[in-house]
Amino acid sequence: MKPGAVAIVGAAETTELGVVPGMAEIQLHADAALNAMRDAGLKPSDIDGVATAVTQPQAIAHYLGITPTWVDGTSVGGCSFMLHVRHAAAAIESGLCRTVLITHGESGRSGIGLGRPQVLPASLAGQFELPYGTFGPPTMFTIPVLRYMKTYGLTEEHLANVAVIQREWAAQNPRATLRTPITVADVLNSKMIAWPFRLLMCCLVTDGGGALILTAADRAKDFPQRPVYLLGTGESVETPMISQMADFTSSRAFRVAGAKAFAEAGITHGDVDHLMIYDAFAHLPIYGLEDLGFVGRGEAGAFIAERHTAPGGKLPTNTNGGGLSYMHSGMYGMYALQESVRQVRGIAPAQVPDVEVSVCHGVGGMFAASGTIIMGRERP
Amino acid sequence: MPDPKRARPQPTPETRHYWEGAKAGELRLQRCDACNHTYFPPRPFCPACASRAVSVFRASGRARLYSYVISHRPAPGFTPPYSIAVVELEEGPRMMTNIVGCPQTPEALVLDMPVEVAFPPLDDDISLPVFRPAGSAA
Repeated sequence: MKPGAVAIVGAAETTELGVVPGMAEIQLHADAALNAMRDAGLKPSDIDGVATAVTQPQAIAHYLGITPTWVDGTSVGGCSFMLHVRHAAAAIESGLCRTVLITHGESGRSGIGLGRPQVLPASLAGQFELPYGTFGPPTMFTIPVLRYMKTYGLTEEHLANVAVIQREWAAQNPRATLRTPITVADVLNSKMIAWPFRLLMCCLVTDGGGALILTAADRAKDFPQRPVYLLGTGESVETPMISQMADFTSSRAFRVAGAKAFAEAGITHGDVDHLMIYDAFAHLPIYGLEDLGFVGRGEAGAFIAERHTAPGGKLPTNTNGGGLSYMHSGMYGMYALQESVRQVRGIAPAQVPDVEVSVCHGVGGMFAASGTIIMGRERP
Repeated sequence: MPDPKRARPQPTPETRHYWEGAKAGELRLQRCDACNHTYFPPRPFCPACASRAVSVFRASGRARLYSYVISHRPAPGFTPPYSIAVVELEEGPRMMTNIVGCPQTPEALVLDMPVEVAFPPLDDDISLPVFRPAGSAA
């Protein structure tokens, strides 16, 4: 993608986030989509590209009354929306469509109208992982961490501190699910989920949705909101089985997606004013900071403890409170993208001053997939 | 017999040798005849060089504890807390497993400790490879 060729011109979350028992998943998609179209001043008939994950794009197109000339149903977990942004940019640049709507809706807490895939007993994960009592992400995503801790001397306090600092951000955000300040001791004394992970090191489980609208940068100035330009994008996958991740201390998918996005954008780490790293669990920002190259291997725990990612720090990170404190419906990537858009537009509840460049990094499955999107305020 | 609600693997033509081996008390891996790469999980070609010439062989059953969690969540057929672990086999590949035959505590489950395979039956058809501290066999 040519840096700055495509822009985000509409962005919104569902009207309500958190516990939304009055909406099925498809309506969470639609509620966010209608909000994003209002944000962009568009109607369904103005949209000619549709992308979504888990729910099929035809379901969204039909429900909203859209006749697309391009669809993308890439479904690789919570970073699917980062990949949709990347694919949509390529589609718009090559003329396959003009205006793309990317939607997410998930009734993760209330479970109304779920479309979630199951692990089948004849799949490789069904044969070689599930029989050992894996029971959702808290028992799988967490497995590599003890190896990381032994390799680099990361402590349980380092992990706890990730949650403490993100709660500081959440405290500034009226829409965050959890806003009460917490201490390292609070985190370490919270309910044990899967040692060494306590409850407060694990993401929320909530209901919500979000939607983005993308178009060519040449058209972007005609829309009501300040455009957010796409500077660089990257994606990759590694393995659907956490046990087969090649290096338990580093994600190959993170490294590949991140490097691709930085190279495409032509920026250095010093150019980054704001960072989002999908935090399903407290170790994700640690792996992300290292695999994206913001710090060296084994340095992220101390970097966070030194408050560099905290309010007032040099690299404000997960400024909405993250999956740990803001919201996490199951596929959090859309909310990370929304926060990057808000920060670049300058309208975030915990606004960082003068955000020119925001990096938004997502994970899918348990280190299975990754997508990195770099956004900018000015067209290069 | 463990809880009937417990998840059971469903072998496919590509993995049947592994599950037949487990039932016979053998941990079976595959090795590429062309490049000598040993790999897991099973597939009828080499993931390193794509050769279809591969052989099944009996692994030593010796491994070291590579990483794990101790799950405190209820799961069908398991009594929390229980370990969900990844071991690194002597032959190189890593696999998920449970560590049995020792307390399910951080003190008893020490990274890099040697472990060895055991094959408790899940039912008449499936025996599931698990690992216990080396030398602890009754």
